[in-house]
Amino acid sequence: MKKKARILVVGGGPAGLAAAAAAEAAGVKSEDILIAERDGELGGILNQCIHNGFGLHTFQEELTGPEYAERYARKVRQARIPYMLQTMVVDIREGERDDNGVGKIKYVTAMNKTDGLFTVEAQAVILAMGCRERPRGALNIPGYRPAGIYSAGTAQRYVNIEGRMPGKEAVILGSGDIGLIMARRMTLEGAKVKLVAELMPYSGGLKRNIVQCLEDFGIPLKLSHTVVGIHGKERLEGVTIAEVDGNRKPIAGTEEYVSCDTLLLSCGLIPENELSAGLGVELSPVTSGPVVNESLETNVEGVFACGNVLHVHDLVDYVSEEAENAGRNAAEYVLGAKERETVSAVIGIRPGLGVRYTVPSLLRPGHMQEEQVIRFRVGDVYRDGALVVTFDGTPVMKVNKRVMAPGEMEQIRLKKRKLEEYPGLKEIRIAVEPADSLRA
Amino acid sequence: MFDVIIVGAGVSGCAVARELSRYDMKTAVLERASDVCEGTSKANSGIVHAGYDAEPGTVKALLNIRGSRRMEELSEELDFPYKRNGSLVLCFEESGRRKLQELLERGKENGVEDLCILEREELVRIEPNISEQAAAALYAPTGGIVCPFGLTIALAENACVNGVEFYLDTEVGKVEKTEAGYRLETSRGLFESRTVVNAAGVYADIFHNMVSSRKIHITPRKGEYCLFDKTAGDWVRHTVFQLPTQYGKGVLVTPTVHGNLLVGPTAEDIEDKEGVYTTGEGLADLLERGNLSVREVPAGKVITSFAGLRAHEDGGDFVIGEPEDAAGFIDVAGIESPGLTCAPAIGEYVADLIRKRIPAPEKADFIAGRKGIPSVALADAERRQELIRENSAYANVVCRCELVTEGEIADAIHRPLGATTLDGVKRRTRAGMGRCQSGFCAPKTAEILARELGKDLGEISKAGGASLLLAGHSRPQGSDCVEMSKEAGHTDRLLRQEGREA
Repeated sequence: MKKKARILVVGGGPAGLAAAAAAEAAGVKSEDILIAERDGELGGILNQCIHNGFGLHTFQEELTGPEYAERYARKVRQARIPYMLQTMVVDIREGERDDNGVGKIKYVTAMNKTDGLFTVEAQAVILAMGCRERPRGALNIPGYRPAGIYSAGTAQRYVNIEGRMPGKEAVILGSGDIGLIMARRMTLEGAKVKLVAELMPYSGGLKRNIVQCLEDFGIPLKLSHTVVGIHGKERLEGVTIAEVDGNRKPIAGTEEYVSCDTLLLSCGLIPENELSAGLGVELSPVTSGPVVNESLETNVEGVFACGNVLHVHDLVDYVSEEAENAGRNAAEYVLGAKERETVSAVIGIRPGLGVRYTVPSLLRPGHMQEEQVIRFRVGDVYRDGALVVTFDGTPVMKVNKRVMAPGEMEQIRLKKRKLEEYPGLKEIRIAVEPADSLRA
Repeated sequence: MFDVIIVGAGVSGCAVARELSRYDMKTAVLERASDVCEGTSKANSGIVHAGYDAEPGTVKALLNIRGSRRMEELSEELDFPYKRNGSLVLCFEESGRRKLQELLERGKENGVEDLCILEREELVRIEPNISEQAAAALYAPTGGIVCPFGLTIALAENACVNGVEFYLDTEVGKVEKTEAGYRLETSRGLFESRTVVNAAGVYADIFHNMVSSRKIHITPRKGEYCLFDKTAGDWVRHTVFQLPTQYGKGVLVTPTVHGNLLVGPTAEDIEDKEGVYTTGEGLADLLERGNLSVREVPAGKVITSFAGLRAHEDGGDFVIGEPEDAAGFIDVAGIESPGLTCAPAIGEYVADLIRKRIPAPEKADFIAGRKGIPSVALADAERRQELIRENSAYANVVCRCELVTEGEIADAIHRPLGATTLDGVKRRTRAGMGRCQSGFCAPKTAEILARELGKDLGEISKAGGASLLLAGHSRPQGSDCVEMSKEAGHTDRLLRQEGREA
């Protein structure tokens, strides 16, 4: 079976849905778009995020995850954009020949029960596969390997989708947002959550989740602590936690045994870029997501990325906004609305002091919108500091920030007219200026 | 009354079972775990040793060569993953050369083919990531890698198909000599047999010592390992050993037959026969020692770590055969490295011993071949189409990291000695073996297990026994949350949240 699409969207979660809807809104016929979703319904991981707090930015409403997803799924359905469920994309390749002057064809191979194994010929591909959770093995937590150790998202699925409890007494390692949400969720479902241990001296989650999910329920958050032992041969019986020093090494003598039948891990999310890598997309060692330009286009022409496959977000509202951008740019790409520059000036966007990465990291002024959002994370907690933007070393913008933390994504909005004041600009740098150069 | 009871469904026990299944005798395998391959056989290096290591004249040396030569043919017969990737033993100082030469001589004496010494220049050419310190190496082109689960499960399935009875979840407590043979008290009642094969791994000394006054003693020698993502799988192409030390073969760095990278094992003698725990020191130590062999292994790509116990007998050699004072009781004890390699030869060797006692004729209807579970991940497009045409479940991907489909999982459950646990499915199909370590697929696999076995999801376990995945249902919405929230003193807020979540 052969299928054709002008834009193929890999993933029907919040990013894929918003991207597809935006591409249609930008003028691509709905039948020329195709969404491939591996799960049984649209919405991605939001379907298991039944807590509220989604959509504050986008809709000025507090929605649950499924409600938020449904708003975008409805857009897709209303626009009659075709989508395939329980369809796994297994390979993406770039062809040799040009397709009507729209660049090289992308061959997307997928499989599902209805159509079997098939290939879609696409002009543009939007990568929106999301991310996965870092497993125990990657954390090298020593001990036995009993049942009862779950990533927080797996536990969330058991509780919210299957209606099952992963255990009765839990310890949570890592204070990422899913871990915090699950601390509350497990408590509401009658489990005892004994504590949340966080390796770093600060939480990796949003402040509001620490307040609403831990503090409100009296669940202790132990910063600078980790799990150093796992006990129980068949089912988990307990864990040993210990305090860590400045180098994140356990401090001898601080070990404490905590009995529990469940250990939930919320220790970071990793963009799922195996397909991207197979296609030859350049990945950032910092984000594990593709390196993209202002159009969210990767180094492979006509391949765009958005959402958690690009970099891990805290707020789905930003995912939607970013994905709409990707969708619009993919539409412009296939419709040829923008002249493809043969020689294009490229400005590098570089992370300076205290900034871990930026998305995008390349900017072509010729393709820039009136305003360009640059998103990034800082590498430490900073109080009363500032964000400083420099153009080839000249400071052009400074934003004071009361608190900046690795758990909260930051952004800078650059105006096109500002850039036009600096012809020949080579490099934009974003850096943290700590308060009195003292770290909080 | 059985003719033969084999205690232990590890690779040795299953190899013996498979060889005995050729003959017209009543054979049973008793296994305390809920599946085969649950002990030492599931946590080892997965290496087919060429055979230069063992002291010439020992049982180890004899069986190693035979096993190594037999493995390829067996892998075709029983359809399990095996690859002859060749192995290297590195020496790091000029003084090590003498030892390399000794190994070479010993290997030749044992009958290992095509051994040679490689100088650094050539070493770097065939293994570009080799460390700066490596001066020279012994190259054994006949060394290989095998899937230890694949081998064990294939042997067990084939034995089962040929009439061997497997009793899982059956723990042997006591073995006693009787007039007619042996009586075994188990967690599932009494078993009687004319002969017993003691393939109980680290527990083999206990059973041996119940029937013989010539005591043996097995020390569990713990080995910890780190397994790396497939993106690090080509860090080396050969199995890279270091010159043996008094604690064994040193740390090896090897690709696995499935394309991951494996570094390990440590070697620590412990008392606890269940002590399969990893330690912070052990894992750090093995990575450091691995870096002696190759350019720094990418520690960030570790996807899991595990520990296994080798059954080390005090004498240092395999203990295979009948103790003088226990006729009909055949030990397969102390099977440490290169036990996995030796398994096919151990099977033949022990079957010969049994047949001397019970000269049963060969079965006319013995089925020598076995087809494994078809792998969608390894199949080409044409084969995938074919599988999907036969059964659309082969198009439904359950484990995205390893590309394992519902069809493969259902096959794993329904074939002879099929999987009943999450780990059982994992070892048969690789679902959950990948980089997310079953985060995404475990709930789906558990659901398929429940459906196919006609069980409730709550009955599904990781590896049998008390290793249940779940602990009951979540509350019906809005039940006693209010009461609990009153206790916590957050009634208003909680009610509001509950209302939204409901």
